[in-house]
Amino acid sequence: MVTLSLDEGLRLYRTMARIRAFENAAEEASRGGVSAFGAALSASVRVRGPLHLSTGQEAVAAGVCAQLTTADLITSTHRGHGHTIAKGASVERMMGELFGKVSGCNGGKGGSMHIADFSVGMLGANGVVAAGIPIAVGAAHALKLRQRNALVACFFGDGAINRGPFLEGLNWAAVHALPVLFVCEDNRWSATTATGAMTAGDGALARAAGIGVPGERVDGNDVFAVHAAAAELVAQVRAGQGPRLLHAITYRVKGHVSVDPATYRDGEEVDRALQDDPIPAAAARLRAAGVAAEALAQIALEAEREVAAALAAASAAAWPDRAASYSDIQDTGSDRWLV
Amino acid sequence: MIRQTMQEAIVAGIAEEMRRDADVFIMGLDIGRFGGPLNSCKGLWEEFGATGRVIDTPISEGAIVGAGVGAALAGKRPIVDIMFLEYLPLVIQQLGCDGGAMHYYSAGKARVPLVVRAKYGVGPYHGHPYDFHAWLMQTPGVKIAVPATARDAKGLMKAAIRDDSPVLFMEHMALYHGLRDAIPEEDYVVPLGVAEVKRAGRDVTVIASAAMVRRALAAAQALAKEGIEIEVVDLRSIVPLDEATILDSVRKTGRALVVQETVCFGGSTAEVAALIAERSFRDLKAPVRRLGTAYVPVPFARSLEKAAVPDDAAIVAAARDLVSQ
Repeated sequence: MVTLSLDEGLRLYRTMARIRAFENAAEEASRGGVSAFGAALSASVRVRGPLHLSTGQEAVAAGVCAQLTTADLITSTHRGHGHTIAKGASVERMMGELFGKVSGCNGGKGGSMHIADFSVGMLGANGVVAAGIPIAVGAAHALKLRQRNALVACFFGDGAINRGPFLEGLNWAAVHALPVLFVCEDNRWSATTATGAMTAGDGALARAAGIGVPGERVDGNDVFAVHAAAAELVAQVRAGQGPRLLHAITYRVKGHVSVDPATYRDGEEVDRALQDDPIPAAAARLRAAGVAAEALAQIALEAEREVAAALAAASAAAWPDRAASYSDIQDTGSDRWLV
Repeated sequence: MIRQTMQEAIVAGIAEEMRRDADVFIMGLDIGRFGGPLNSCKGLWEEFGATGRVIDTPISEGAIVGAGVGAALAGKRPIVDIMFLEYLPLVIQQLGCDGGAMHYYSAGKARVPLVVRAKYGVGPYHGHPYDFHAWLMQTPGVKIAVPATARDAKGLMKAAIRDDSPVLFMEHMALYHGLRDAIPEEDYVVPLGVAEVKRAGRDVTVIASAAMVRRALAAAQALAKEGIEIEVVDLRSIVPLDEATILDSVRKTGRALVVQETVCFGGSTAEVAALIAERSFRDLKAPVRRLGTAYVPVPFARSLEKAAVPDDAAIVAAARDLVSQ
């Protein structure tokens, strides 16, 4: 926090509080929304289908996106709510999207796993692990060709480094010295499998180094450390030095999806992780720097209110018109399949 | 008019669009100084290489097409040359699932103006013959262009580059360096989704694309000597499919033969046959007939290849049989 003003610190805290409030509300709204892991469907469910929650990982999204401008772009993952909020998307419109309402940022067509807001440079979540990596690289190539002074932050998980697009994308970005900040948001779980046991070698940073992409490892639950490390790497990328990789180690405190109780993992591991919650940790640091407890409580309260309003708006919003099901598709030359 | 091969016409079309629109650029394997396999990009490096608009890529098909999607989302109009259609399975996720769906999932806000070029086809190069275009028929949002002549190839390429949707552009290797075609010197496009009647006839409609159009035209000449006149409909695009031209022709002839250089099962011949059955059943004097490659991997030996791929004689026999019914 040496180089951080109190205002910046509070802004990071606010972003994390808003993500947490959103994820908690979304989790609650999705109860009964999917029949899996022994859970039953409920007739009164508001958010249908599984949600991949980023609860406990807020510091990565908040710390990285605070270093970006509106001209910068991001790509995200299936666990993309936090990145989308941190990049500046409207919480109300995001909640509408999760509900599948016409008020959603994608008109209810994308849902949680395809959430996107191009107006704030958020190029989309993606249901396929590592699929955002080549998209980020291509977007960065376009920025370079268009001589735009902007970069792409590419979020992916620890599971993604075991897929080909990680190698292909980093290689490409390095060869062309593209403006990409790769962010490995390492929550240590690949769906229901511990990533460590599935991954040879020393992980994302070591693999990136092999391709000539330097980077840093950081405590992904320390928002100030993420912010500082991202500042340094973003500065190098903006200076035209080529891509960089930030390996942020965090923990997935929820199951793979909202209904997954994650009974396949050690309870003590989860308990330890819960002790390392990034939000109380940031609060303690801010308190030590002289911020009043009431000010932090006020931020949390405002976040809760914002999300409550978003929930109410999403509940009240209309379902998309049936005709919207057939719009926004590139013309197929026939209406045969659209009726 | 100038006379060019399909390869020359396609490259000329790309070069014209690159001169017309600074956002158009091309990337792919071996397309730089080498000029692309089978000269697929001959001359582009010399004209545009210095400005970074012809980009040699690593052998990373998924990344190349994914990057094409990303570059399109970020305001460029990329052309990606993946060399061979045999590699389409490597990029289905990026081209079909991402590129095809972005416009829809963004509720119309995002556009993906991307052209993916791929060579294919049984012919003189004896390698990479696979025509996997049917795989992309299952991912709504992607268009498929399949020219049979050099003139159409240039016009379709220019239309594909100007289109705001992802387009798979298929380049048949047996047609690539073959006959020269008269090409207009002025700017023109062949719109996507518009078939063309390449030969008029009253007895049987043969619906074909690419190399099978040439075979159908050869069959038509042979049949004309017997007094059988076949009408040859060149699809030119698989998606969008020009249903009106197909149905108009079938209503006139009452007989339909659908020919493709792919397996029939689950492919575009099935789609065209179903269209005719659904929309024009009462116009038919005989059941719809299909001709495609045998339901086997494309074999290597000449004798096996010949047995697996429909030839002029097969088209003649099928058309004759239809007329006899």
